[in-house]
Amino acid sequence: MRVAVASGKGGTGKTTVAVNLAWAAVQDDLQVQYIDCDVEEPDGALFLHPEIGSVLSVDVPVPTVDEDVCTHCGVCSDVCAFRAIAALPTTVLVFPELCHACGACTMLCPEHAITEVPRRTGELRIGSAGPLRVVTGVLDVGEAKAPPVIRAAKQHIDETADLVVIDAPPGTSCPVIDSVRGADLVVLVSEPTPFGLNDLRLAVDMVRALGLPLAVVANRSDIGDTSLREYCQEQGIEIVLELPFDRRIAEVYAAGGIVVEGLPEYGVHFRELRRRLGVLAAESVS
Amino acid sequence: MKELVVISGKGGTGKTSVVAALARLAHASMLADCDVDAADLHLVLSPTVGPAHEFSGRSQAVIDADRCTGCGLCVEHCRFAALALNPARVDSIACEGCGLCVRICPVEALRMEPVVNGHWWLSETRWGPLVHARLGVAEDNSGKLVALVRNEARRVAEERGLDFMLVDGAPGIGCPVIASLSGASMVLLVTEPTVAGRHDLGRVLDLVRHFHLPFAVCINKHDLNLRQARAVQTEAEAAGALFVVPIRYDRAVTDAMVAGKSVVDVTTEGAAADLSDLWLHVSTALAEVVRGTETEQGK
Repeated sequence: MRVAVASGKGGTGKTTVAVNLAWAAVQDDLQVQYIDCDVEEPDGALFLHPEIGSVLSVDVPVPTVDEDVCTHCGVCSDVCAFRAIAALPTTVLVFPELCHACGACTMLCPEHAITEVPRRTGELRIGSAGPLRVVTGVLDVGEAKAPPVIRAAKQHIDETADLVVIDAPPGTSCPVIDSVRGADLVVLVSEPTPFGLNDLRLAVDMVRALGLPLAVVANRSDIGDTSLREYCQEQGIEIVLELPFDRRIAEVYAAGGIVVEGLPEYGVHFRELRRRLGVLAAESVS
Repeated sequence: MKELVVISGKGGTGKTSVVAALARLAHASMLADCDVDAADLHLVLSPTVGPAHEFSGRSQAVIDADRCTGCGLCVEHCRFAALALNPARVDSIACEGCGLCVRICPVEALRMEPVVNGHWWLSETRWGPLVHARLGVAEDNSGKLVALVRNEARRVAEERGLDFMLVDGAPGIGCPVIASLSGASMVLLVTEPTVAGRHDLGRVLDLVRHFHLPFAVCINKHDLNLRQARAVQTEAEAAGALFVVPIRYDRAVTDAMVAGKSVVDVTTEGAAADLSDLWLHVSTALAEVVRGTETEQGK
């Protein structure tokens, strides 16, 4: 089963849910993989402390122009929808950070003066925390585009694992979409506050636009008001887990601990969460 | 004009609550919500919402199935796996709008069409005009929408003679954040005393230093873990923060938010007192930063 853990709003407990869902499954001797796709702020490893076996550079292709062949005809600038290449009278400038690597300039240059060279935008850290296999995507600081790093991380998904947990970034735009695509089920972590609910609505719309089944985890479920529960009921969305505001969880989290290790009584909640997600994923297939 | 951009790296550290409090404490200022993915500032500022404007951040390939001969050239060359045959179709979420398919189609069965992928509003709050936006569901190009929000806000500020602009930035370190930082006089980083808060602060500190922007740090809910809070303070000062201000954990902040208010609307004690202290630091530092820039320009 491939579960993507996402949230419209940041800071609702997405990483806590993802890490503990994975770790509780490891405690039950399942084959589990944790893929951190929150590549702008990858925090899963802060709790899992994986030993890193290998580090792979994530490169995107960017055009480079052979000035000896270039006739400065300007076709490359004309065809670039992202203004990433500018043909000037005597030279051609490439702006790698704007390039989407679509290949249009390379393919359409009449002189074949353009080739693509790899440019690093981030890295993958592949390792394991005990039996849990961990892949962390890390976007280099100053780089604008997360999706290539996310896609690279997802290429390391092991289809034979019992459970693959994908920690998606917050929000509803391209990096989130790339992260949750292909999941059997998307878990949206929210909290019962106006911000939490507003952002959850957006996230639900996004997941539905992608046609994926979804469920909600209500974190700090006893703060705020009842509008989150009412919204989920009205929308026919199951709240698969409610975690109360427990200062001990906040303390374990603050210190970088795993909740089901530090507070074993929560293990049962994350086991039940996994069981319920399995049922929902199976139902959606049939 | 003085521009303060508030960002956080990690989500959920209280960035928007801090912005809402500063909006009230600053009185007449220009407000811009650049967190277009999850815009929440309007929920606590209860604005009179102005008319919606459409935003088109990109074009998208559209296929004419009658003309298509099914040769598959577009499918073969699309780097975004956005095209498929039988029936000929474009995956509008995957398409990044590069237009390569349109240019290579031998029978001109493809064309580009602009896509409306967001809306923006100019609204009025008690503390000043607010430009806010919403990105369409499952859309990208949030960086462009952020740039639009900033530019509109700047235009309105000039029109109305407002000399202070307060910007609620996006989380993370990628394209929307970078877009929200351009033109900032000073950046305020809101963090929390947890390992994740510290780690993400480190990355976002690298980002603001990458762009050579003066910055300050606010440690929200600092008393939830004093050891981590001290570590954050030390790291922020070592990185060159203009100041570091702690804000205590106070349930009144959540209660106020649930009531659609900022904590400084309902009390002057607890976290509200810390936020007043933060505003004092911010306004003093901004005046100095701007004076510094003007002196430099004078040379």
